[in-house]
Amino acid sequence: MRRALACLTLLLALVAAAPAAASEEHPTLAELEQELICPTCHSLLALSNAPVADRMRAFIRARIAAGDTKSEIKDQLVAQFGESVLAAPPKSGFNLLAWTLPLAGAAVAVALLALALRRWSRRRVAEEPPPAPSSANGRPALDPDLERRLDEELARYDG
Amino acid sequence: MARRGKHILQAAAVLVVALLVALLGWRVAQQEEGRGLDDALAGGERPVAPQLSFESLDGDGTIDLADYRGKAVVLNFWASWCLPCKKEAPLLQDAWERHGDRGLVVVGIDAQDLKSDARSFVERYGLRYPIAYDGNGASLGRFGVTGFPETWFVGRDGRLVGEHIVGEFDAEQLEENIQAALATPSR
Repeated sequence: MRRALACLTLLLALVAAAPAAASEEHPTLAELEQELICPTCHSLLALSNAPVADRMRAFIRARIAAGDTKSEIKDQLVAQFGESVLAAPPKSGFNLLAWTLPLAGAAVAVALLALALRRWSRRRVAEEPPPAPSSANGRPALDPDLERRLDEELARYDG
Repeated sequence: MARRGKHILQAAAVLVVALLVALLGWRVAQQEEGRGLDDALAGGERPVAPQLSFESLDGDGTIDLADYRGKAVVLNFWASWCLPCKKEAPLLQDAWERHGDRGLVVVGIDAQDLKSDARSFVERYGLRYPIAYDGNGASLGRFGVTGFPETWFVGRDGRLVGEHIVGEFDAEQLEENIQAALATPSR
């Protein structure tokens, strides 16, 4: 059973990794246009019609035709325009902060929320009035005034 | 204890906001630096030209504006995909050839451009003056450049002189500003 589960996990990992590997080895212009920024208008290359964006598209087409991988094409553009040409910062060095800080921030927010909820529920329990004394049948006792009126009505009915 | 924790959290939040505001201020100040040059020039002042040091487009060393102290400099910001830059290129090459012996240097700053395109441009127009490559356009904010072409003139004393030409210049306008730059004292 355990072996079958391990095989299934490995198979799923391979199925998930295959498109990423294919995209790395044989990138398309459309993919790269979504991952790069136009240096003059600072929008996604796919959305830019600036002259330099057209030249970048021509450059990418030429590099794809020459057989370059996605990383190689990106590296060549970074060497010319700097890292700001990438739509997402690389997952290394100082840029790693851009990936880890939002996750750390979300974790801190969840922890603070949990702490606040716990405190709030504790305070609510402390502030709740003590339960009313129960009557002989185990149910909560009636309000004394209501009980008196009920007795009077019953007495009138019996009488 | 709980109150102390609350105070620490509040202090941390204020610190983060202060840091973000400082970062924004620094960024805006950088962008405004070039705009200040225009205002100073228009007010009759001659501000010192901002520092500029980039690799040479031909890959042969670095081009540093400070190295041209004592010479008059035409600083032309361009890109190969810019149409008016094609008209300016021959005029700049001609000025470099005619006034070189009087101490004029033309420096091209190729920005936001593919290196291969820029090199083809240089080859096509037979440009022989020094050209720096500023791929990500780091120099543009410093000089208040918002498009291409734009041209500044630097006197022999390292201070800006003449006009900041935004857009294409004509031969007469170029010559006038070159003469103003050449007429500046060395110190």
